[in-house]
Amino acid sequence: MSRKLPMLAPQDPIDDLEGVEKRFGMPRRQFLSFCVGVAASIGLSSGAAGAVAKALVAAKRPSVIWLHFQECTGCTESLLRAEHPTLEKLILDIISLDYHETLMAAAGHQAEEARKAAMAANKGKYILVVEGAIPTGANGAFCKIGGKTAIELVKECAADAAAVIAIGSCASWGGMPSTSPNPTGASPVAEILGKPVLTIPGCPPNPYNFLTTVVHYLVLGQLPELDAKGRPKFAYGRLIHENCERRAHFDAGRFAIQFGDDGHRQGWCLYKLGCKGPETYANCPSILFGDVGSGSWPVGCGHPCIGCTEQGVGFTKPIHSLAKLLTVTPPTQFARPAEEQGQGSTLATVATVAAVGGLAIGAGARLAKNIGNHPDAVDEPTAADKPKA
Amino acid sequence: MTTKAATHDEAAPIGGRIWTPFTAVLAVLVILLVVVLGVRFVRGIGAVTNLNDGYPWGLWIAWDVVIGSALGASGFTVAFTTYILNRGKYHPIVRPALLTALFGYAMAGASVVFDVGRYWDMWHVFMPRYAQLNSVLFEVAVCIAAYTVVLFIEFLPVVLEKFGMAKAHQKLDKALFFFIAIGVLLPTMHQSSLGSMLIVFGPQIDPIYQTKALPVLFLVSTIGMGLAAVTIEGSVTALALRRPLERELLAKLMKVGQGLTAIFLLVRFTDLAVRGQLPAIFEIRTLTILFWIETALFATPIVLLLGKGGTQPRRFFIAAMSMAIAGILYRLDAYLVAYDTGAGWHYFPSMGELVVTIGLVAAEILGFIIAIRVLPVLPKMGRTRTAPATETH
Repeated sequence: MSRKLPMLAPQDPIDDLEGVEKRFGMPRRQFLSFCVGVAASIGLSSGAAGAVAKALVAAKRPSVIWLHFQECTGCTESLLRAEHPTLEKLILDIISLDYHETLMAAAGHQAEEARKAAMAANKGKYILVVEGAIPTGANGAFCKIGGKTAIELVKECAADAAAVIAIGSCASWGGMPSTSPNPTGASPVAEILGKPVLTIPGCPPNPYNFLTTVVHYLVLGQLPELDAKGRPKFAYGRLIHENCERRAHFDAGRFAIQFGDDGHRQGWCLYKLGCKGPETYANCPSILFGDVGSGSWPVGCGHPCIGCTEQGVGFTKPIHSLAKLLTVTPPTQFARPAEEQGQGSTLATVATVAAVGGLAIGAGARLAKNIGNHPDAVDEPTAADKPKA
Repeated sequence: MTTKAATHDEAAPIGGRIWTPFTAVLAVLVILLVVVLGVRFVRGIGAVTNLNDGYPWGLWIAWDVVIGSALGASGFTVAFTTYILNRGKYHPIVRPALLTALFGYAMAGASVVFDVGRYWDMWHVFMPRYAQLNSVLFEVAVCIAAYTVVLFIEFLPVVLEKFGMAKAHQKLDKALFFFIAIGVLLPTMHQSSLGSMLIVFGPQIDPIYQTKALPVLFLVSTIGMGLAAVTIEGSVTALALRRPLERELLAKLMKVGQGLTAIFLLVRFTDLAVRGQLPAIFEIRTLTILFWIETALFATPIVLLLGKGGTQPRRFFIAAMSMAIAGILYRLDAYLVAYDTGAGWHYFPSMGELVVTIGLVAAEILGFIIAIRVLPVLPKMGRTRTAPATETH
């Protein structure tokens, strides 16, 4: 790790942790093991767990402004349903969620006041989270909040933000609303702001990818390493195909061809059902969804990946169409599970067998014909037996 | 055994030219066999065969040993009906039947030597300290070897007659009943064991063929094949050498064969029903197609020999051919087609294996022709025939 970490010496007590139990409603031990998990998932050494814990219990919580535009609120819903023990408490307690249209109690002008107040109080320090695409058609008339278009709102809020996070595919690259012919001119945040932003694409994105990004920012004071599309590399660094539990079936050429066929029932690769795993970057097979154990992700329960995190794939390519293979292309003919061994027939051996067989049958037929002409075959006894004939 | 000499038609060598175009062709095939075997013994078994780890046995075992010895069952079936049941009227065919059996078994024994990778250790089979008494293969090996010796002793009177060793012949006659009894017992043992050998392979043999009834099926079909072989050999000899046709005799043998094939089919289908495999024979794949061809061939003699027309030479000859081919196909299917040692393994006999098998068959026919011309095998011709020339080959 080349980054400078606010590491704690092992003997350094985390005094503030005493209040943890009361504040987060979780035992201290459980809290610390959560911190270790968070540190590990963003690629920090286990020693950084202390830093994570310290950052999380810090008195000053960063202000978060959360904007909703063209979307279904699925991102927020999935985030609320993160089921790690008391995680919703944790996320609501480590950040100060000052503006969130779904969650805040305030309404109308009161809500707008709160947003402006928070932005003024935390100028240059708050985090802006955008959920949903921004409609640019008809001068942005398709989405207005408090008399302001989405374009105006996002520009206004982003101006003094310490960091901008686009959550979900809509905010990241346009998502479902931007699907052709895109009548509202739905556009991603980065396009409106004219600069790259951190994106957490997915429909919905895995809540832990968002939480881990936030924690990374809190602990290290900077955003995690991003790829060319603004996605954190820790979550979007690898193709789904690379960590897919059905990958062995792909390599062996065992594909489900139809929903409900033998291969589908036996958990074979869904590539030929249109799985977009081979061209979609996400960590779904590794961290799964819903905290209910193995298999709890689309491919795991038998549906091909639709490529929701990937621009140009999700909501663009038909679900049934074959994915573009970015890494390994399967050969047109697969090796069988077992190697072909031993020698089969050749033209010469088959011809010899056929010739000998034909000769034998021919000789047999000839003999059968001739035996009837044998002198002893002339019916002396049977002629006496059958005088009528 | 004293009645034997009285009831036995006197036999005599038929003489005549040994070298004809037909025997010359056979000789060429035998020379090819010797050449291939030369390569096999110098460069190893892999140099001439397609045998592999998945199919460690092939044509040489399935045809030369299993089918060869089954057709050689002519010896013990005829010996059984003649000596044990003491039905003297079967005598004229005893010697040719024994000769056929002797060649069949000698070739089967020879084939094992070709097929065993380390043939130089083969004598171990006969050393009690190396014996593995629980092995089916051991039983087969010892039993076939013993029976070949017994067959030779059974056939020995022919040789003794030829060289005018009357005293030795008389002495042998006194002990012959013992060897004949053994000669009936041994083949029933190893012919059924050739079926048991497949039981050992368990699930590697297709369920249609894999059954505890394999020893019964093999034994019953072997006797049928032996009878068919005697009938074919008797008919061909009569035709080719323009000799009288033992018509009633052969018709009776085939009548027994008819009953045996009926028993075979009854046992086979009952067994399939008991094991719940009847639906499997209606699937369409190579093995089931072969199964139905077999069944049709087994059923042919039953139909052909029904009623009085069954004594027609043409009918019982076709019935015998059908019975023999059915038994051959049954063994090829059970030993090679139904035998699947795992995905990916292939086997089809190589040209070398084919040449050896064809050469062995040629050697048997050539040996038989030479033997009947030189040794007193066939009965002395009581009446001369002026049959129309029926060139059969």
